[in-house]
Amino acid sequence: MAVIKLSEDKINFIKNVCKSFRNDGGEVINVLHKVQGEYGYLSAEVQELVAKELNIPVSRVYGIVSFYSFFTMTPKGKHPISVCLGTACYVRGAEKVLDELKRQLGVEVGGTTPDGKFSLNCLRCVGACGLAPVAMIGDKVYGRLTPDKVKEVLAEYKD
Amino acid sequence: MTKIKTHVLCCGGTGCKASASDEIIATFEKLLKEKGLQDEVQVIRTGCFGFCEKGPIVKMLPDNTFYTQVKPEDVEKIINEHIIKGRKVTDLLYLDPENKQHVADSKHMGFYKKQLRIALRNCGFINPEDIDEYISRGGYEAIAKVLGEMTPQQVIDEITKSGLRGRGGAGFPTGVKWGLCAKNQADQKYVICNADEGDPGAFMDRSIMEGDPNSIIEAMAICGYAIGATKGLVYIRAEYPLAIHRLQVAIAQAREYGLLGDDILGSGFNFDIELRYGAGAFVCGEETALIHSMEGKRGEPTLKPPFPAVSGYMAKPSNVNNVETFANIPIIITKGADWFASIGSEKSKGTKVFALAGQINNVGLIEVPMGTTLRDIIYEIGGGIKGGRKFKAVQTGGPSGGCLTEKHLDTAIDYDSLMAAGSMMGSGGMVVMDDTSCMVAIAKFYLEFTCEESCGKCSPCRIGNKRMLEILNKITEGNGTMDDLQELRNLAAVIKDTALCGLGQTSPNPVLSTLDNFWDEYVEHVVDKKCRAGVCKKLMNYVIDKEKCIGCGKCAKNCPAEAISKTNYIAEGHKLPSMEIDTTKCIKCGACMSGCKFDAISVK
Repeated sequence: MAVIKLSEDKINFIKNVCKSFRNDGGEVINVLHKVQGEYGYLSAEVQELVAKELNIPVSRVYGIVSFYSFFTMTPKGKHPISVCLGTACYVRGAEKVLDELKRQLGVEVGGTTPDGKFSLNCLRCVGACGLAPVAMIGDKVYGRLTPDKVKEVLAEYKD
Repeated sequence: MTKIKTHVLCCGGTGCKASASDEIIATFEKLLKEKGLQDEVQVIRTGCFGFCEKGPIVKMLPDNTFYTQVKPEDVEKIINEHIIKGRKVTDLLYLDPENKQHVADSKHMGFYKKQLRIALRNCGFINPEDIDEYISRGGYEAIAKVLGEMTPQQVIDEITKSGLRGRGGAGFPTGVKWGLCAKNQADQKYVICNADEGDPGAFMDRSIMEGDPNSIIEAMAICGYAIGATKGLVYIRAEYPLAIHRLQVAIAQAREYGLLGDDILGSGFNFDIELRYGAGAFVCGEETALIHSMEGKRGEPTLKPPFPAVSGYMAKPSNVNNVETFANIPIIITKGADWFASIGSEKSKGTKVFALAGQINNVGLIEVPMGTTLRDIIYEIGGGIKGGRKFKAVQTGGPSGGCLTEKHLDTAIDYDSLMAAGSMMGSGGMVVMDDTSCMVAIAKFYLEFTCEESCGKCSPCRIGNKRMLEILNKITEGNGTMDDLQELRNLAAVIKDTALCGLGQTSPNPVLSTLDNFWDEYVEHVVDKKCRAGVCKKLMNYVIDKEKCIGCGKCAKNCPAEAISKTNYIAEGHKLPSMEIDTTKCIKCGACMSGCKFDAISVK
């Protein structure tokens, strides 16, 4: 077992979340939602702590984290980019937008730029099919994208 | 007492929110206040109007003026012209693409004319965060009628008589499902609302929850009364923050009004609802997988029987229905089963909501009576194919459905006719494709989705779909053989017969339906090594039109593979010799084409 090297604050936060769900193993998904919502991702140490608090095997926590695509074990960039690859976006050329993003950022899907600024992911259907193809950067939705517009959009995040 | 003369309804659905509808609302509120009109004009944030293509939408009441593609800077004009002077702002009205006339009232727009809104009856009319508005449109009358006048069995009979079938895709009769759960005795039963909408390209359930959350709450309470359950659970995608928020607001308001909780309306009936969050797994739309996920496990399906009606959530009898199914319940109770059964086709009653998307002019959320033809949906409501291109296929049923072609356009769509045509109703995604879509690539796209979303529990789905995907990859890369096409069919047949759950059993459908309907295209990929839509990169050849090429050499500079060189040919009127591409060196990156300013490079 890895040595738990989480900060005191983080440990307390996670313990409190587990407590708020009565340390009930059946609530593990809700606990993970809360914890990831706070820290952005679920590291191995965090999973061990959650397992211990809820009194369930770490394998079960890991099984859930790896099963559901919403949970991630790698930290995201400061501005996480998600390109919609739902059918509506796909037939309106989302793949070309994704290729252009990969080219400009120099990362593959699932990767984060070396400066930690952008991470690139895909998702299935934001539900803004009227604006297809769309991508999200953080919480902001960008619609009717084309490969030409990618540079312009990324430029908004040049701090 | 203030007198509201004008209502401004502004769409607050996800699509319109993404194009600044929040800012529009804020601007309205700010400017109205500045002009001292805040007591006469009420701004309401509604759910989805459906016409997402032309969003953000602003509708003015009482005169029903329908403004499209409104920008925050247009707000001042709307206030000055429409509200103060009573004149319509013509350039914000919908322009009929056929007769080039501006249309002010949505009733006269092609998009709305053939629609019949039952499940979406309140979307775009009420403020979803105000229970009073729902009540003022007849909301919670159904639960009052059920608790006051009907026995649980009468409720089940009424729903059965209406002919309502599950809107999640499979089309199981809802009343029968309720009846099965009702007859099982247990100390606790559950009503579960499946709001884990996962089809790529489908957003109808989300729109209902965002636009009319109270109808779901009321319907779940009615279901609880009918089957003898006191607890309701909504399993909703965590990716739908707005829908979650609106449901939470609605639940809190319903509790405050005594419409949820103990002794509802003094009847002695107790019912309450909690939310459970999904975490992004398509298979969780399958009811047994959904139940496992709610119990805090991996969302893997199990064999039925036992059905959830016998042993569901926490091993107690549970009834699972989808959002749209529930949205139909209150109105069936108030208007009666006979009214509902009079709409639709022989075996599929009522209406169906579709998320119309893809290469079509009017993308949006539509609701039509069962039995409407695809032609009516695509050409009348959808306004035809974008850019006047040629219709090629329409995909229904998402990753479990199939692609239909021109010959199916006049099929009256319902559960059975779609099934007979090799597709299925599914939850209601409808993606229209034109001749720029490659059908082999579309089949591959869906299979990639299934492979990613397969839970891995049974081998036919986990391994079989992977093998099919490998074959499709081989074909799109130009290495396919005719035997591969037969192998696809063989694998598909085995997967259909042997997979554990609905996801696996239907996963070969996109491949099978494209094989059936677009056989020529597969053969072209295999034999001629050609992709007519120009989608499959490995099969494309870039060609320079020597008559158009001015010989500037930009393409040669852009080419990373040094595949472009000068020829000896100088076209008429040009000074420099044209360029040509050596296809043996070309890596098909497309850098030459995107750099050419003279449109001289094309894909063949």
